[in-house]
Amino acid sequence: MLILASRRFLSMALIMVIVSFTLFAIFESDKLAVAGKVLGPYSNTEQRELWLEQNGYNEPFLERYITWVGNALTGDFGYSIQYKSPVSEVLWPRLGNTAILAGLYMLFMIPLSLTLGVIAGMKEGSVQDRVVSVGSVLTTSVPEFASATFFSAIFVFWLGWLPGTSAMTSGFSWAEIFLPVFVLVMYGFGYTTRMTRASMAEVMTSHYIRTAVLKGIPYRRVIMRHALRNALIAPFTVIILQLNWLLSGVIVVEVFFAYKGFGKLLLDAALFGDIFVIEACTLVAVFVAVFSQFISDIGYTLLNPRIRFT
Amino acid sequence: MTAEVQNNDDAPSAIGKFFKSIGLLRESPIAVFGLALILFWVILAILAPVLPLYDPNAPLEPFKFPLSEARDGGLYWLGTDHKGRDILSRVIFGAQQVLIWATMATLVAYIVGMLMGVVAGYLGGWWDEVISFVSNVLLSFPVIVLYIIIITYLGATGFNIVLAVTFASAPGIMRIVRGLVLDLRTRDYIFAAQTRGESSIYIMLVELLPNARGPLIVDACLRLGYTTITIAMLGYLGLGLPPPDPDWGKMIAETQPLGSFAGHMAIVPAAAISSLVLGFNLLADGLREISMRD
Repeated sequence: MLILASRRFLSMALIMVIVSFTLFAIFESDKLAVAGKVLGPYSNTEQRELWLEQNGYNEPFLERYITWVGNALTGDFGYSIQYKSPVSEVLWPRLGNTAILAGLYMLFMIPLSLTLGVIAGMKEGSVQDRVVSVGSVLTTSVPEFASATFFSAIFVFWLGWLPGTSAMTSGFSWAEIFLPVFVLVMYGFGYTTRMTRASMAEVMTSHYIRTAVLKGIPYRRVIMRHALRNALIAPFTVIILQLNWLLSGVIVVEVFFAYKGFGKLLLDAALFGDIFVIEACTLVAVFVAVFSQFISDIGYTLLNPRIRFT
Repeated sequence: MTAEVQNNDDAPSAIGKFFKSIGLLRESPIAVFGLALILFWVILAILAPVLPLYDPNAPLEPFKFPLSEARDGGLYWLGTDHKGRDILSRVIFGAQQVLIWATMATLVAYIVGMLMGVVAGYLGGWWDEVISFVSNVLLSFPVIVLYIIIITYLGATGFNIVLAVTFASAPGIMRIVRGLVLDLRTRDYIFAAQTRGESSIYIMLVELLPNARGPLIVDACLRLGYTTITIAMLGYLGLGLPPPDPDWGKMIAETQPLGSFAGHMAIVPAAAISSLVLGFNLLADGLREISMRD
């Protein structure tokens, strides 16, 4: 177990090194372009060179990379051109807002999709299975920007129940967070539901379930005690790996509802050319993705005794 | 999946197989419905230049509601947008754009992914190590970050969107193909080909890839749907194809603030993209069901 964990950890570290190096090479190998971005289009070459000199850009590339990584590890991501403040001051509050969004999404999506998946997988081919399966295909076919359009047409413009933007200008508001979370859940639950359904359906055809049923154990107990335990291993990995896909939806939703989160920060930085913010956001996003893969691998091994020592 | 691949060992002619699979489609109403949705958009997109439509980029009369009469006596079936452009025409020409680029991007991603997968799976050794590692690095990126970096760094053109989709999708395709090839390479017909002295390239392209196609067709359908979403999403986020040509995602982004009094402007393209993606997903679902049944 420890060997597996440390091996996974090493490959995670290696991936982070490669990603950060590639990122640095893409955005900062051309020194003059960096200075141009920071000082603006009207700066002349002399000013740019002075800036490069002052900020240690005349060191060799590798040395600069190492300093940059060291700074990033201590939470110093440089200075945002767009917000005129240190990147970390912008980044952490935004990340916190997105964590609220993602946390609420998980809170609703997980119980919903596990319940629906188990109900559908219990009896393959039954009416309930049909309804859940078709329903989940239907909802995963409507991307977030489309469903956000439909739902705000209904709840915001027609019924007038909810606000159309979620900028949270006067503090946190449940009414404002409702639609972003709802839109994410509508698009996201289908995938986990299908995975749970497939996993449950597979477990239900196994011999030990048949034995349990033939022994005369009540059906409810067969499901709750015997089937669920094994059926929920696969969805566990899927749910954690979803973090990787969730970010796309988060960006769309944050843009649509003007929610001040991490995704909007990354997109705005990319459109503006705010390189230090792009770098910081990418590092954080890749770290979260790689770390969730790590957790999912380890968790899967812990949950599934059959693969513990392989 | 493996059971289905085994059935392919007795290979009838490709054309015969094609007709057989069309016949099989009839067994799944879901697949037929999905195919119908896709064909609806494909036919509209192909016929777009000859249909009696207004110019999708011409400013006519702004803020017209659906079914309102045009100044020249025509009819704005779906109304016009804030710049006075005919929405029906823009949706149909937008279908053309999204279908062309989604198909192209998925195709290129497939070619790259299949080549990577078949080389990693069949040659193994260092090839496998390197290709698998590169794929793992790419897969560890949240896809949207990959898109944002590639497109902001290289610029938003059709070619770069194809490139970005390839970077994001090829590693996943590679994993599937590699898995299939690892299973297929121990088959007798591969040994037979090796004994005949066929080259590795011949075995990979002629013996292995065609026999791995079953599960790949289902995956390709799903990926077409997902790429459609991606292209529209990039358009929505302002990273899509440059204006003025209509793009479903951009149509939503441009008219979203007008939702309080002119909701149709954003609802029409949103419904268009949902129906096309639904078509791909239902077709994939139906095909998977059929392949499991055999």
